[in-house]
Amino acid sequence: MRKFLRGGYLGLLLTFLYAPIVVMIVLSFNASKSRAKWGGFSLQWYQKLFTDTAILDALWLTLRVALIATVVATILGTLAAIGIHAMKKKRANVLMSVSYLPMTTPDIVTGVSLMLMFVFVFGLVYRVSVAIGHPVQLSLGFGTMLMAHIAFDTPYVLFSVMPKLKQMNVNLYEAALDLGCPPLKAVRKVILPEIMPGVVTGALLSFTMSLDDFVISYFTSTTDNNLSMIIYSAARRGIDPSIYALSTLMFLAVLVLLIIINKRSALENVS
Amino acid sequence: MKRSWFAMPYIAWMAMFTIAPLLLVVFFAFTNADGQFTLINLRNFFDPTYLSILWRSLYLAFFCTIICLLIGYPAAFFLASKDFAKNQALFVLILLPMWMNFLLRTYAMMSLLEDRGIINNMLVSLGFERLELIGNEGAVLLGMVYNFVPFMILPIYTALKKMDTRVIEAAEDLGANPFNVFRRVVFPLSIPGIVSGITMVFMPAVTTFAISRLLGSGNFWLFGDIIERKFLESNDWNFGSALSLIMMLLIIASIGLLNKADAKQEGGGAW
Repeated sequence: MRKFLRGGYLGLLLTFLYAPIVVMIVLSFNASKSRAKWGGFSLQWYQKLFTDTAILDALWLTLRVALIATVVATILGTLAAIGIHAMKKKRANVLMSVSYLPMTTPDIVTGVSLMLMFVFVFGLVYRVSVAIGHPVQLSLGFGTMLMAHIAFDTPYVLFSVMPKLKQMNVNLYEAALDLGCPPLKAVRKVILPEIMPGVVTGALLSFTMSLDDFVISYFTSTTDNNLSMIIYSAARRGIDPSIYALSTLMFLAVLVLLIIINKRSALENVS
Repeated sequence: MKRSWFAMPYIAWMAMFTIAPLLLVVFFAFTNADGQFTLINLRNFFDPTYLSILWRSLYLAFFCTIICLLIGYPAAFFLASKDFAKNQALFVLILLPMWMNFLLRTYAMMSLLEDRGIINNMLVSLGFERLELIGNEGAVLLGMVYNFVPFMILPIYTALKKMDTRVIEAAEDLGANPFNVFRRVVFPLSIPGIVSGITMVFMPAVTTFAISRLLGSGNFWLFGDIIERKFLESNDWNFGSALSLIMMLLIIASIGLLNKADAKQEGGGAW
């Protein structure tokens, strides 16, 4: 009886969470544009989606930004963790608390602050370039969005790698040095393999944060749109069934990804 | 080469893309359009229009947090209980929407609530009048709860799972009835989870602008909306920066307050 009631509660919650998503998936196959009636099964919205250059460009941009930002953030963050770990406690603590700052800053404030800085710097560049006689007018787009993404991704890598470094036996690195291994090689051969799980977690976190980001991208790019920005502007214009098709595909992508991650961690638990 | 130098690129990056932008926000907040020091931006905020917007943001975020807690706590508790502990699929299913882009979830909500949306169409086909479901505070609140409830469930679930079950058994052996076991043992030990759940829900709720724009149909503004407008529409960066600064202080203060309450609870909860 108790289990039945509890199951019922969770079932209600699942209904609340999934009803809108299911409705969207169903409507993505609706031949009629109206949500009022079912016009038969159709794949036309998917067809429209794959011929919509704005959406395809946004998808490509989102993937490029997420990939580059992840690679750069992972390198920056991992190096930072190794460096900070080797510092004196006081300095390390200061740096770690500063690294915590972007994570507690609301996204909208991060977004507007970066926008202010980019526009400010671009203004300076413009004035200097005019003075030289070669006016350069930079605008907010792919480059600024990428830099913003690297900035908010890096602390996540740092915070995923740091615990692994703390778990590591400090003597291992010293032993490698004593045995004549050059420091850089010791970092690569001794430290890196030990902290690899943290590095991978950080990279995965960065990638998902980047893929998913709306607010910071919205403020740091005006010429280029990522997928979230496309969805936002489409939603402001009103309902468009090809966005339903996009949602369905994105939902499936997340589902498959989660299943793979789950399988992977289940395998790790076994071995 | 010293190992602590590894952190140098990261420190430079953070200085440029986190510290400098935030300092610029502070600078703009305390200057006028000509760059002269002024307190007028901060004073302008204490105007009934803006105070009422702040008040609306606060109470919507507050109710959103309370509702998420009321829905999420039982869900986390049931999921972590013996009845469903082995049901990994159920757990993944409840948290899956968290990984879906929040704009897509909001979009899904929109297509349910719109004037020509699913719910209204159903009402009409059953012979009822259309209801105005979108464009009001209720719709925004519903959208927030829908988006953020998984963020309340996850940390509470984690806290409950981490709990040493022997403590519960000890309480039972000492003759506590189920209600007292919950009140005296389980609940106090889950407070850290509740605290991080509250932070994870309250912070995005009080700073949002996209959810209110889409589900509020622009009929009323939240704090995030006015920041967005000041930067992207009216180009009043000085006042926008002052608003951002106020929002950041608000967030820092509420996180501080919560952590303080948490520390007190934990100290007292042991006995």
